[in-house]
Amino acid sequence: MTFTSPVLSPAAAPIFPAASMVAFRDVRKSFGAFEVLKGIDLDVGAGEVVALIGRSGSGKSTALRCVNGLEAINGGELTVCGRALHQGGTDLRELRKEVGIVFQSYNLFPHLTVEQNVTLAPRKVHRIGAAEARELAAEVLAQVGLSEKAQNYPEQLSGGQQQRVAIARSLAMRPKLMLFDEVTSALDPELTGEVLRTIEGLAASGMTMMLVTHEMAFAKSVADKIVFMHQGRIWETGDGGMLSSPQTAELQQFVGNGL
Amino acid sequence: MGYDFDFSFLASYAPDLWHGVWLTLGMTFVSIVPGFILGTSVALARLYGGRWLAGAATCYVEAIRNTPLIIQVFWLFFGLSVLQIYIGSFLAAVIALTINVGAYTAEIMRAGFQSIPKGQIEAADCLALGPVQTVVSIQLPQAVERVYPALVSQFVLMMLATSIMSQVSAEELTGVAYMIQSFTFRGFEVYLVIAVIYLAMATLLRLVLMGVAQVSFPRRRRLGTPL
Ligand SMILES: Nc1ncnc2c1ncn2[C@@H]1O[C@H](COP(=O)(O)OP(=O)(O)OP(=O)(O)O)[C@@H](O)[C@H]1O
Ligand SMILES: [Mg+2]
Repeated sequence: MTFTSPVLSPAAAPIFPAASMVAFRDVRKSFGAFEVLKGIDLDVGAGEVVALIGRSGSGKSTALRCVNGLEAINGGELTVCGRALHQGGTDLRELRKEVGIVFQSYNLFPHLTVEQNVTLAPRKVHRIGAAEARELAAEVLAQVGLSEKAQNYPEQLSGGQQQRVAIARSLAMRPKLMLFDEVTSALDPELTGEVLRTIEGLAASGMTMMLVTHEMAFAKSVADKIVFMHQGRIWETGDGGMLSSPQTAELQQFVGNGL
Repeated sequence: MGYDFDFSFLASYAPDLWHGVWLTLGMTFVSIVPGFILGTSVALARLYGGRWLAGAATCYVEAIRNTPLIIQVFWLFFGLSVLQIYIGSFLAAVIALTINVGAYTAEIMRAGFQSIPKGQIEAADCLALGPVQTVVSIQLPQAVERVYPALVSQFVLMMLATSIMSQVSAEELTGVAYMIQSFTFRGFEVYLVIAVIYLAMATLLRLVLMGVAQVSFPRRRRLGTPL
């Protein structure tokens, strides 16, 4: 297992650039005997938007989940917001105060109103008061365009609205880094658009983001860097142009099928 | 047959009946809250307590669910008195009921906790909520809401089960009924009336618990979803 992916050249990766928020160094992750990540090298700078694309099972979600400690890595080095996750003893709660994540299934708390969903963690974790929580909810709900739904319950909202609440809920923790895992995959095209626009707004505001997506046009427009994963490796990295002129047969096939 | 049905004599026993009703309701309401807290704690111990705590919780639940309530209360009342520990009949009854309903509540609540999608707990973790905060703010309210009808049934059953407490000379409703019957030999009238009184108390208990639900589950109230 010594062959490396054809295009990525590890020499080009600078060693911990000062502004790097996330740094993968030869990161490996196995589930039992099955190695899902086979040596990932990737940097995400502050303010950067990185899109992860690739076939089902290529390890995109796993890579993302390693970043906020939902999966522990088995080899290599992973530094997130200055915390060396590979060294063990990382306080995951401290890490998660700075790293937000949004899933394909929104996972809202159904027994709480939209406002309560959004303010629960800031109130419990950051111990903010009721008045401040109300202001915070108003602010982040405005950011995702759902100010008028504050007093509704999740089941009263469409899928797209629920997903935007999930984004607002993460934003309310004032994260430095946001992770998105196929956040539009459960939505029909019309609702997908409203969620993607919300994420574009976030990108424009300078938020550092890693997102897994199957929306190629969106990846191209919003991402500073696109990472194509294949069989647990980074196969090809580039900007939006990479999708129109793939260097590898695998990416060519992927975009050929995908579009 | 030649039996003259007569309910009028019961009027003279009204104070005794009242006393019995109050004792039955007292035992029931005093046992519900600690029984619920005990059951919920035991459910959490079984789910998250680690090997020893979970094992102890399982032993408790199985021991209680597989022995008669009357033996449990006899043990507390007569058994402990052998050791010179005297607890009154009311206290013995309340402790036995609490321990008993706690075991059944533990199983109901365990099912409630397990029915909450894992994704919600993962989301809570990702929002930096701690395990206790997640249980209190996310899991507990939803678990109770989901199993509430089963809890209500269990508490009503517990109220009906207080009828055996006359065996440790607690003068609850069934004990009073037995006494009246033995003085008057009018078992037909006495037990018919007692049955109606139990029915009324069970209905009252259900109404009270539904009222508690109205306050506790604002989403149901807002959206008009029945329990
Ligand atoms: N908890 C787990 N236990 C065992 N295997 C797992 C686990 N999670 C993921 N895998 C396996 O790891 C591989 C990569 O999974 P991952 O979810 O990272 O893929 P993905 O690129 O996100 O795919 P998709 O586009 O379908 O979401 C898959 O083969 C999957 O079956
Ligand atoms: Mg995935």
